[in-house]
Amino acid sequence: MPPVILRLKEPLTGVPLEAESISPDLFAERSREEIDALPVAFGNEAHRLGDFFQVDGERSEEIMLEGSLERVKWIGSGMTRGRIVIRGDVGMHAGSYMKGGEILIEGSAAEFLGVEMEGGLIRVKGNAGHRAGASYRGSKYGMRGGIILIEGNVGHEVGAYMRRGLIVIKGNAEDFLGARMAAGTICLFGQAGLRTGGGMQKGTIVCMHPVELLPTFAYDCTYAPVFLRILFKGLRQLGVHVTHEQAFGLYRRHHGDLADVGKGEILIAA
Amino acid sequence: MEINGVPIDETYAEAFTMHASRVLITAISKEWALEAARSMAGFGTSVIGCGCEVGIEGPEPEETPDDRPGVSVLLFAPSKKAVEEQLIKRIGQSVMTSPTSACYNNLEAEDRLSVGGKLRFFGDGFQIGKRLDPAIIGNGDRPRRFWRIPVMDGEFIVEDRFGVQKGVAGGNFLLLGDELPAALQAAERAVEAMRKVKGVIMPFPGGIVRSGSKVGSRYKFLNASTNTAFCPSLRRQVQSELPEGVGAVLEVVIDGLTPEAVAEAMRVGIRAACGPGIVKVTAGNYGGKLGKHHFHLHEVLAI
Repeated sequence: MPPVILRLKEPLTGVPLEAESISPDLFAERSREEIDALPVAFGNEAHRLGDFFQVDGERSEEIMLEGSLERVKWIGSGMTRGRIVIRGDVGMHAGSYMKGGEILIEGSAAEFLGVEMEGGLIRVKGNAGHRAGASYRGSKYGMRGGIILIEGNVGHEVGAYMRRGLIVIKGNAEDFLGARMAAGTICLFGQAGLRTGGGMQKGTIVCMHPVELLPTFAYDCTYAPVFLRILFKGLRQLGVHVTHEQAFGLYRRHHGDLADVGKGEILIAA
Repeated sequence: MEINGVPIDETYAEAFTMHASRVLITAISKEWALEAARSMAGFGTSVIGCGCEVGIEGPEPEETPDDRPGVSVLLFAPSKKAVEEQLIKRIGQSVMTSPTSACYNNLEAEDRLSVGGKLRFFGDGFQIGKRLDPAIIGNGDRPRRFWRIPVMDGEFIVEDRFGVQKGVAGGNFLLLGDELPAALQAAERAVEAMRKVKGVIMPFPGGIVRSGSKVGSRYKFLNASTNTAFCPSLRRQVQSELPEGVGAVLEVVIDGLTPEAVAEAMRVGIRAACGPGIVKVTAGNYGGKLGKHHFHLHEVLAI
């Protein structure tokens, strides 16, 4: 089936639009009129999706969004299948609680991208905001599965409280990357900010550049973890450029955070 | 039927259903992967005395999860539980101990056995589990979990679960030679050709058996004994199956993931073996009473 195309009628300013109904699960069996009638929230007012978007197509597991979507929130939240392509930037909470399928963001994503997601794949061509793949405030765990690939830079606390899954950042990360991580893997190709892995219990953070570590991380050894070869081979299949040196080279292993359980590891390319 | 002037007996090989797993061992070099694989396959010739039948699969793996050289090993045992026990013992003692090795499941099957999931405890609490999504590891809809067990040369990677499926064990043919050198050369030719077939192993030393057995013995404590009917030295003392002029018999036993793979191995093996010095080719069976799979030599060779 051809994709359902949603075109934003008017650029949004001020109050954001909350549109968690933009999900392949809800579009797959619905006619164009039914998609038009799906509910969205504009401030404290209930509206129809068709009030804001021109809808072309019906009954498809693929959705394509066009227009300035920086102020459209919750796109693809909780989706379990299908594909969403966003031809530009997207607002907060995109792909949060996601369980399956794929979201491709051709621009940048705002905060809370893929928060507490359990499965599926999110690709971002641009940057991502704070707390991508992390937990919501008060939740015990962040991302529990799936993959987030970010071509650009990311904000603070990305992967915080992460429980499982993989976050790949080609650019730089701000502070507290992987803070309080319980498990999972973060792969940072750019520069890290302050307090990387602060409070992490378990899990792995791989950094391709030197990192200023907290004093509660202890150096173990320099070696070539075989697991990274498996990981990087998989990343190549997803189109991530990994050099031979990165895949087969040596890494300095540090464990921590010794202020907590201390079974996390930060691998820094030697 | 004759091949290259060698008569093919109108009989069949009787084989049994067993459970099978396929393991992929990688290491820093092909030599070290082979060392681990040989060690794992050691003392794995016959389920009668070894508990399982293990061997190195001939065709090299096309690719490996960590892009290092790899070797594929097939293991057959009477039950899923026995396969699991043997995998845990053999991977734990022979693969994990081998420098630079890693060990992966190499059989897509509905049923899966917990192998790495048990071996991980060797890590004494420092083991690290990594679950990779199907999107990254290419495993259908199933994620794959790997265990990173800290060892003295770095880390041993072992997959959490290994596939198990029904296979076929005990496919066979017997080469009746006029003398031992000719029979041995023919068997070597057969095994060399059969090692190009995917999904089979010939679990005996060099792929060849010289001590074929029959069921039972005159001793109550022994459930298998020498195959007297095919021993040239007993020709005048027992009811012999050997025609005049036969001075030595060698057997090739084949275990495979599918009956088709076993039949293909028998076909290429017998064709390669038939040559000067071979008086006849026949096969071993138990009158059809024990094994589910019957490989009729004429049918196999007619393909």
